[in-house]
Amino acid sequence: MFLARARLCTLGSRPKFLKTICASKILGLSTSAATLPRYLVKHQSRLFREDIFQKMSLKFKNAKRIEGLDSNVWIEFTKLAADPSVVNLGQGLPDISPPVYVKEELSKIAAIDSLNQYTRGFGHPSLVKALSCLYEKFYQNQINPNKEILVTVGAYGSLFNAIQGLIDEGDEVIVIVPFYDCYEPMVRMAGAIPVFIPLRSKLVDGKKWSSSDWTLDPQELASKFNSKTKAIILNTPHNPLGKVYTKEELQVIADLCIKYDTLCISDEVYEWLVYTGNKHFKIATFPGMWERTITIGSAGKTFSVTGWKLGWSIGPKHLIKHLQTVQQNTVYTCATPLQEALAQALWIDIKRMDDPECYFNSLPKELEVKRNRMVHLLESVGLKPIVPDGGYFIIADVSLLDTDLSDMKNSNEPYDYKFVKWMTKNKKLSAIPVSAFCNAETKLQFEKFVRFCFIKKDSTLDAAEEIIKAWSRQKF
Amino acid sequence: MALGGMFRNAAAIYLHLVGPFRGKKSGASLARCLHQTLVMTKQLQARRLNGIDHNPWVEFVKLASEADVVNLGQGFPDFAPPDFAVEAFQHAVSGDFMLNQYTKAFGYPPLTKILASFFGKLLGQDMDPLKNVLVTVGAYGALFTAFQALVDEGDEVIIIEPFFDCYEPMTLMAGGRPVFVSLKLSPNQDRELDSSSNWQLDPTELASKFTSRTKALILNTPNNPLGKVFSRAELELVASLCQQHDVVCITDEVYQWLVYDGCQHVSIATLPGMWERTLTIGSAGKTFSATGWKVGWVLGPESLLKHLRTVHQNSIFHCPTQAQAAVAQSFEREQLHFGQPSSYFVQLPQAIQRCRDHMIQSLKSVGLRPVIPQGSYFLITDISEFKSKMPNLPGAADEPYDRRFVKWMIKNKGLMAIPVSIFYSVPHQKLFDHYIRFCFMKDESTLQAMDKKLQKWKDDLRP
Repeated sequence: MFLARARLCTLGSRPKFLKTICASKILGLSTSAATLPRYLVKHQSRLFREDIFQKMSLKFKNAKRIEGLDSNVWIEFTKLAADPSVVNLGQGLPDISPPVYVKEELSKIAAIDSLNQYTRGFGHPSLVKALSCLYEKFYQNQINPNKEILVTVGAYGSLFNAIQGLIDEGDEVIVIVPFYDCYEPMVRMAGAIPVFIPLRSKLVDGKKWSSSDWTLDPQELASKFNSKTKAIILNTPHNPLGKVYTKEELQVIADLCIKYDTLCISDEVYEWLVYTGNKHFKIATFPGMWERTITIGSAGKTFSVTGWKLGWSIGPKHLIKHLQTVQQNTVYTCATPLQEALAQALWIDIKRMDDPECYFNSLPKELEVKRNRMVHLLESVGLKPIVPDGGYFIIADVSLLDTDLSDMKNSNEPYDYKFVKWMTKNKKLSAIPVSAFCNAETKLQFEKFVRFCFIKKDSTLDAAEEIIKAWSRQKF
Repeated sequence: MALGGMFRNAAAIYLHLVGPFRGKKSGASLARCLHQTLVMTKQLQARRLNGIDHNPWVEFVKLASEADVVNLGQGFPDFAPPDFAVEAFQHAVSGDFMLNQYTKAFGYPPLTKILASFFGKLLGQDMDPLKNVLVTVGAYGALFTAFQALVDEGDEVIIIEPFFDCYEPMTLMAGGRPVFVSLKLSPNQDRELDSSSNWQLDPTELASKFTSRTKALILNTPNNPLGKVFSRAELELVASLCQQHDVVCITDEVYQWLVYDGCQHVSIATLPGMWERTLTIGSAGKTFSATGWKVGWVLGPESLLKHLRTVHQNSIFHCPTQAQAAVAQSFEREQLHFGQPSSYFVQLPQAIQRCRDHMIQSLKSVGLRPVIPQGSYFLITDISEFKSKMPNLPGAADEPYDRRFVKWMIKNKGLMAIPVSIFYSVPHQKLFDHYIRFCFMKDESTLQAMDKKLQKWKDDLRP
């Protein structure tokens, strides 16, 4: 009896099963009080009422919107990498210090009394003003700080607000694979249908494999659009590939959005992290696109302060107002002191956009060196990296190593999951399996790839280098 | 702007030109500089936003910022958090630079640890920081997460009126159906001021609200706006109905430390049979007078919390690290001082009770009749006399009297309060349009400024 009931409580994702399971008499198990655990003895008199039993199981069930959305790759892998002896190149978490002036601003602000209380729900006034000032440089129009900007709990929160505000049950949303893993569950939580299209690589012989070799087939992309398509989610620079979409590629997407009357949710958190020879383009600046695009940015990625959890959505007021409605019914407002500190930090860099000292310029320079070092390192051990044009991740094809993973249990997992677990355990180096960024059907296409994060201090990369060198010595 | 509805020509896109060249920079091409609105053939916004886009606060906040007004409306302190909390935040932002990065999704470990131990003792439960605690973006975020996790299309949620205004739209956004039951005044027989304890639920009426579709009941104690602190007996009534009908109780206890006159705050989760069906929500903002930190939490059984975690990881995922670190350190300090005179949780209600009493005396002097709150930051006052003397204050056609009164008071008396009809369901707003809510969680100087305004008001009343 207890066993059956305990199983019922954990089967949140099997509603049909719950509805048909009945009370103990059908299961034919003993119901003597002596065999029941104390918790159930208290409720014994109610256990045998079938109607209550069924009702109870049903009542404590999760709402349908989160059915099947309970697993999460980060929870699983950050636990693995939590061992301090593991060199963690997994989660996109800088272990470098944020710029000094950013830390200083927050310190100064922590001493100001009035900033410990609520601020404006849609964004602290000085912050939305700073954001408006910064981004006006990129858009043709002035950006109304109150109506065309919303400050959210990280870019993650902006994605949530945009999807909850604009995507309805039954809508289709195009998601490009690989995708930052929250896009799929967020679309599903809104009751919508994700429609996937993979980036595909052309063959590369002899030359370095670049993220720019991965593209969308225009005809394939067009075939994904139809009258039910409410939005496409774009991520440029792209996580995990590091692809920076070109003007021409964005034009193809824009043309389809306009043709099919579709919205574009453009996740541009890595917008400043673009390497030599590449340029970040904002699809919202293309003709016909401002009025149908939400562009998302992140303080965490901009200033290497992921723990501040501040992001923003920029767009036309007829779209932003719906994200604001979501905001006033979810978190209402974001933390005040952090928003003020962010505003101050932005002003410092806005004043020196062309200066090499400006963090928007200095960080990509710093990271390009690290990127190149990672490419070299991965190649030296026989991994085939894809050189990213932007972002702070690099993915590599690990299949050439032909590692013996037979001692990894759970053979149902994709190859890269097993590989990462094996590598974490045996080489003390962690990464993230790229199939985590794929939907069920496309996992096999990407299961040979593993993602490394390189926004790490030199000593971390040194430690990774040690491991990788030792590894390559072992092979030969 | 209503953009819903289908257009006959599915392939057409209608572009409305809004003010040519508005905010345009010189030299930009025509195509790009015209701010075009979008009228999609499909409904633009999701249906879950239907009926919840209106925000009653915006109007009043705007009015208050315009004139020389003493703001007794919004519920936040205008004095500083306690020194130890400010220091904790300063420590968090100037110490280990890794606190600038992500922490654990479900809560910064030292915070979930102290919450589990601190509240474990209070709730009489052995709480696991990983299973029984979830840190959220304010109690507001906790409420949202709870509704989204448990309320489904068609589920009924019992809301006790007057209610903190977000409960209704959050229920609607989750597809639920709010079912309202009002606290009703059993007035004192003498001419004494009523207490929030005189506002009570009718047990028969409450019982009648439960149906087989009732998924949850949302309780708020101490209550905003009334200040009512539900007694053990009242909670037992609610608890027995929740158990009888197998309903989840979401209890918003953000003002749990702000109880006066020796009143006891009772957490319904401590009642027999309730832990396993209760989500207890708390707020660092209200606990440490630091509403701008936006740190809240939910405490409850794993069987319920796991669903909230699923919502959390698919909505905001992580909460800011440093504010959590500051709250953890603040709770650690309070744990050491718990129950002693030096505890903030002892000192704060004592200090605020004085503010409450000051405000009550001052309001009486102009003929307002405050209801003495047993707890929270707020009191409501009956404006019936003004309603009978000045029934025709300017306002929109169907606008409840209390809203017109507040606007009049802001404009003419320089005082801001919040109309209590905001805290009622639409059908009941006309029944409860003769109360306004004042916040007394204010610095002495603010209360003195209030006195000046009230003195002038009193003078104006003299014939």
